[in-house]
Amino acid sequence: MPLDAARIHARLAERFGDAVSAPAGQGRDAWLEVRPERIADVAVFLRDEPDLAFDCLSNLSGVDYPKQGHIQVVYHLFSYRHRHWIVLKVNALRDDPVVPTVSGVWSHANWQERECFDLLGVRFTGHPDLRRLLMPEDWPGHPLRKDFVEPQEYHGISTSRESLLKV
Amino acid sequence: MGLAGFEVEIERSRNGGGVVTEDMTLNMGPQHPSTHGVLRFVVRADGEVMKSAVPDVGYLHRSIEKIAEKVGWHGFIPYTDRVDYVAAMFCNHGWAMAAEKLAGIEVPKRAEYCRVIADELCRLHSHLLSVGSMAMDIGAFTPFTHAIREREYLNDLFEELCGARLTFHYMRIGGVGWDLPPGWAEKVLAFLDRFEAMIDEYNRLISYNKIFVERLANVAVITAAEAIDYNLVGPNLRGSGVRYDVRKDDPYSVYPELDFEVPVGRGEMGTLGDSFDRYIVRMEEMKQSCRIIRQALRQIPKGPVIAKVPRNFKPPAGDCYVRLESARGDMGWYVVSDGTAFPHRCKIRTGSFSGISIIEHVSRDLMIADLVAVIASLDLVAPEIDR
Repeated sequence: MPLDAARIHARLAERFGDAVSAPAGQGRDAWLEVRPERIADVAVFLRDEPDLAFDCLSNLSGVDYPKQGHIQVVYHLFSYRHRHWIVLKVNALRDDPVVPTVSGVWSHANWQERECFDLLGVRFTGHPDLRRLLMPEDWPGHPLRKDFVEPQEYHGISTSRESLLKV
Repeated sequence: MGLAGFEVEIERSRNGGGVVTEDMTLNMGPQHPSTHGVLRFVVRADGEVMKSAVPDVGYLHRSIEKIAEKVGWHGFIPYTDRVDYVAAMFCNHGWAMAAEKLAGIEVPKRAEYCRVIADELCRLHSHLLSVGSMAMDIGAFTPFTHAIREREYLNDLFEELCGARLTFHYMRIGGVGWDLPPGWAEKVLAFLDRFEAMIDEYNRLISYNKIFVERLANVAVITAAEAIDYNLVGPNLRGSGVRYDVRKDDPYSVYPELDFEVPVGRGEMGTLGDSFDRYIVRMEEMKQSCRIIRQALRQIPKGPVIAKVPRNFKPPAGDCYVRLESARGDMGWYVVSDGTAFPHRCKIRTGSFSGISIIEHVSRDLMIADLVAVIASLDLVAPEIDR
């Protein structure tokens, strides 16, 4: 039976207390904030409890919020068994973003976390193979951070060129 | 993990008789005719049998998600074409849906029908390339020419609809760019009449060819639980027997008004979830797409094709996640707005991304030649992985 965000929160609150915040947002996009250090335990609980049965990590995104000083990791979870959704948000410190991995819970998380590490610099502790995924291994910095400055050149290749239009 | 390149790694192991065997490390790609774009595999093999095939991606990374933060809401639509240039309509559609959901825009009915017709034609477009190149990768060249010939007619139809043959830029936030041109619907119907017969011919030519079946049946079996764990979507998921289609189970646009079936793998040539099941699901989906297009052309109402959307588009602050059934399955768009003229973040989760991440898992103990079949059966499109 599909559960709504309030019911899912109630189930999580029994076990994790105030490590999981009350739901915010509407409908499909209703989300719960989870303390970073508890996310892996929350993930196992959500996957293994029969009435929750979140068997699928649909999406994992990282979002940089420089004004708030954190990088947010957003997990979109889906249950094929019950056809319900929940969104989890984890705020990690921008200066040193560390979040426990959920790659042992959903295999899909392995590559998603590698991408998030690559583009936003979130270190997922316990990840079996946390290498860059899309950028070259020696690329400086993490491009999806808001304060990322594109290097002028990469191995002697210029990243910009003069405009062909002479004004 | 050593991904340095062409070096031959020699791993010496001794058995009782003192025989030394060497594992070979092979580099497949990035320029390889079967990799459907630019991607690379580091294969560790013992003779012809692979011990692992580790994908190395990123060669086509164009920072499309970063570009979204720089070009504004309307300006990003042509870039979405490049996310998956084999099925660009769906990327247009996903972005438009996300922006419309954030801003609460209602899309006119006629525009929704135009979108569905364009989407389904694009599904045919993409599946034809998938099944055609799959046959070619396995060694049958003629079916590819058949598939490309049909695809050429589709290109002409798209060109008439929106002026482009590959990167369409057809949809807009709030609707579509142009109404169906006069006489276009008749041309689509004429194409469908021809094409539906072609699907049967294609099945006779290749689908049930003994050599083709032998190359695919029982190769790289993915169970339903594995498919869900790796978040496989679309035909890859349905090939494993999971009857889930976003168009049906989480409907969007006007799909609830249209009647169609969701084909799933049945293990008819081997084991449920093998490469053949993933292939045949695509063939059956093409028939369903034809059915959808015929209904949509019959039911399409009159009216405007785009809602009033301000040029200086600034959706209210917030975030949303929308999904649609692209040719490669459930495509997810997580979009964050901070209330300005530029998106704060746009994350695109694509079917090929999860498809390629399962390869390391399923490639163990396969023959090297089977890797090509597995890549093709998962319908991996490199630009969609790298974005």
